[in-house]
Formats: sequence, structure tokens, C-alpha cells
Amino acid sequence: MISYLEANARQRIHTLLDASSFEEFLPPSLLVVSPHLAQLDTPASFDDGIVIGRGSLHGHKVLAAAQEGGFMGGAVGEVHGAKLVGLLKRAVTEGVAGVILLLETGGVRLHEANAGLIAVSEVMRAVLDTRAANIPVIVLVGGANGCFGGMGIVACCANEILMSEEGRLAMSGPEVIETTHGVEEFDSRDRALVWRTTGGKHRYLLGDCSAVLPDDIAAFRQAALDALMRYQKAPAELTLEDLEAEHSLLSHRLQDFGNFSEPMDIWSRLGVTKPETLPMLEAQAFMQEVAGKRAGEQQ
Amino acid sequence: MKWQTLASQLFPQGHDIVEHDYFLRGSARVGEQTVAVIGTTGHTPIGVEIALAQANAILDTMRNFPGRPLIILVDTQGQRLRYRDEMLGINRYMAHLGKCIDVARRRGHKVIGLVYDQALSGGFITSGLMADACYALPEAEIRVMGLAAMARITKVPLERLTELALANPVFAPGAENYLNMGGVEAIWQGDLESCLARALQQADSLDHRSARGLERGGRKMSLPVTRFVLGESDVLPT
Repeated sequence: MISYLEANARQRIHTLLDASSFEEFLPPSLLVVSPHLAQLDTPASFDDGIVIGRGSLHGHKVLAAAQEGGFMGGAVGEVHGAKLVGLLKRAVTEGVAGVILLLETGGVRLHEANAGLIAVSEVMRAVLDTRAANIPVIVLVGGANGCFGGMGIVACCANEILMSEEGRLAMSGPEVIETTHGVEEFDSRDRALVWRTTGGKHRYLLGDCSAVLPDDIAAFRQAALDALMRYQKAPAELTLEDLEAEHSLLSHRLQDFGNFSEPMDIWSRLGVTKPETLPMLEAQAFMQEVAGKRAGEQQ
Repeated sequence: MKWQTLASQLFPQGHDIVEHDYFLRGSARVGEQTVAVIGTTGHTPIGVEIALAQANAILDTMRNFPGRPLIILVDTQGQRLRYRDEMLGINRYMAHLGKCIDVARRRGHKVIGLVYDQALSGGFITSGLMADACYALPEAEIRVMGLAAMARITKVPLERLTELALANPVFAPGAENYLNMGGVEAIWQGDLESCLARALQQADSLDHRSARGLERGGRKMSLPVTRFVLGESDVLPT
């Protein structure tokens, strides 16, 4: 077993894809770095915190990207974002079976804030362009920094999100909310609260990710392949009907849970009999325990 | 600018826009055509409700008025920073709004964004920035966050950031900086009705922002990197 959480971006992408199949585009040896960091006396990284390239997954040709949480928390700057956009566009010209995005990021890189914001918006549009070309985009979230900010929005533009329970997916980080509205609003040091609010299990129960996986790259590999295979038959393009279904899910969520202030109360309302036990369950036991109980799936 | 003043200048032929809990919705005449108008006002934070309300208005337009152009009026302080929004998955609500705009474009609706007051980070990325092209009034304030907060987080002294902001559009708030970086297509001055009419005429479904950023010098790396990755260029971006 190789922990997804503990691996870095290159280890993840090499282990996720077929052995020796990964070929990196714009590798660190080409020294393409952020044009903005030097003037802030901030060290640059030779890949600007993201690994992109092509490879295969069980023989299926894919393009993949992995954000490096160890460099500025995986935050998106001008070059980082442009690499993602280029990769997504290339998926269309190469006609690959899918794009796998291993996201670990706090969102926009504040050191190049304006460029980062525009870049994230370009990534959103590129993800949807790729899907419109009927190429599925699969997002993996299982790194220590989670997937936050604008990239938390990008993740929800993909066909599917696969998470480990250690993975977190949200918009504003708990620290930001605590700084703005006080510790009573969101105690960022209450790790149990942070995980049951933004972690994989809660996101799965709400219907925002399609699986909760063990913290093992092999499990991510299998789940990414399964997801890819679903789109061999089903269209990857986002349609008006998909949006209507999502609108109904999100409207019901607001109606049913809008007055709640504790995720466990939501789980209980969904029919989980002992919600307090869910955080302790291993991924597989969790998936069995909540089968048929996700929002929109209840019997 | 007050939205009522803006609306009367943008739509002198008339409109029926109403405000409900900081959410703007209605229709208006521009030249020979009717457009759908959605937006926000009062610098309101974008929480799950107002994101969903905007998405609903766009879905409604797609269903009932296929092809009708969409005008998005932006004034927001950004995403709402509350525990409840995070618990409910505000990122998905905002993505839903952005996706509704994107699908509307693909179904033949022209989409124009206009920042008439404030635009910040998450509230902007799934509204004005998802339009075919986003415009701004000269007094519009567009930013990710204030320089003081940025100094705190990046640990770069405020004096240094303030100094850099004078010369470099990447840090400083302001419509002009977003124009240089290609995030804003143009800044509207004078007759707003004809600005909008021209924007509708010029709108297309391609994302021109990195090309504009290169032309205007505010984002010199973005397009070259994308083209290099695409294999369209073998000149290494510097």
C-alpha cells in the first residue's frame, strides 16, 4: 500500500498511471517558472507546483495533472493555471480517453492574485470545453492541503470527484472563516469538526463526490479506471438535463438541511442510525454502512 | 453606482429589473432585442441562496427564452464566509451557477458580464468571469483580497506590496489591472447603451483572455505556456 496522502505529486501521478507510461510536458528541466514570485523574494519552483503530462491507465490513453501541495500549498498562479489549460485543450486535440486531475490546492496563489483568479476561471472554462468534446474529466482529492477556493469550484465542474476520507473539499478554509467571523463560527483547530464538515465522507453523503476511498494510491487508480469506464458508454458532456438534476439536488439540500448547523444531524436525517460512528469507519465499511442513504438516493 | 442608475443608463428603452434580497432579475430592451438580466447588488456576499437564485434565473431563460442574451451585473464582496455555507457545499452551488452560464453559452445565448461596483474572488469567478466577455465601469473595484490581508498571508511587508502594486497589475485591485491581464475585455465609458450593444455584437464563445493578457502585457506567460503544452509552439515561454 502506498499512501496517497503522504506521496508527492510526481509519486502520485507515476503510481496512479501504468508503470513507466507517464511522459511529462514542460518538465522542471525546462525551467519555466512563475514570472511574479522573484520580485516578492519568494522562491520559485521549476514546475510552478504542478506536474502535467500523458500516460495510460490500464492501457487507456489519458492526460493527467497533479498539483504539488508542498509548493505554496498547490496554489494556482499564472504558469500553473496555464499548464492546466494547455493540458485540457490538448486532451481535445489528442482525443484521449479522459483527463485525470489530482488536485491538492488552497486555490488562487495570493502572490499573483489577479493572474491566479483569471487563470482559475480559464481552467473552469477549459474543463467544460473538454467535457463538451465528450472527454471525461475525473478529479482526485486526497492530499493534506485538500481542495479549496476556486479549485473547489473547478472540481465540481468535472464529471466525477473521487476522495479519500482524509481529502477535504470546500470553498473557504476554516482558518479564513475563523479569522473573519471568530472561533465561535468555525473552530479551525477542531480537527474532527473540520473533517466532518469538509471531508470525503460528508461530501459523499451530500452527493458531491462519487466515492470515498482508502488512503492508498492503488485504490485511487482502480476508482479512476472505473470512473473512466463509465464514460465509455455514457456521454461526458454537461447538458441542460444534468443541470436541472443538479439544481433539484441543490434546492432540496438547502430545503432539507439549510437550518442545520451540524453535519451529523444531516447524516441522521439521511437515515444513518449512528452518525457519531461514521468518522471512525474505514472507507469500505463506511461505503457499506451508508449504501442507499446518500442525498438523492434514499429509498 | 446604484443599480437603478446603471439600469436606466444601460437600458434607456426600458427594463423591468427588480431587486429581491440583493438579487437582481428582469428583462430589458437593447436595440431590437430583449435581453435577460441577472445580478447582485449592495456588495452582497454570494452565499448558497443567491448562487442558486441566479442559477435558477439562467435555467429559466434557457427553458423559456432559448437564445435570449444574458447580461450579468456584478457587485459582490465575494463568497460568503460562513460555516453553514461550507457545510452545505458552497463550492458546488457556485460551480452550478458557473456551469449554467457555460451551458447557456453553448446553447447559443450570448453572455455579457459587467462589473459596475465591486467584484471579489469567488463571487466573480462564477459570474462575470464565466461570461463570453466581462466588462467594467471605470470606478469598479476588482480584486482577490485587499493588500493588507494579502501582506498578512504572503508575509510580504505591506509597504513592499503597495510599492509593487503601483507598477505591477498582478497585485493591485482595480478594473485597469484586470484589463491589462485580459480578465476584463474593456472599460466602458460614456454611452453605456451603445457599449452594451457593441459588446453583444462582438461576443463569441471563445475564451480570449490569455491572448488579451499577452497583447496588453499584463499576463505574458499564460498564452505561451498553454501553446507550448498544446504543441502549437516550440518557443520556450520566458
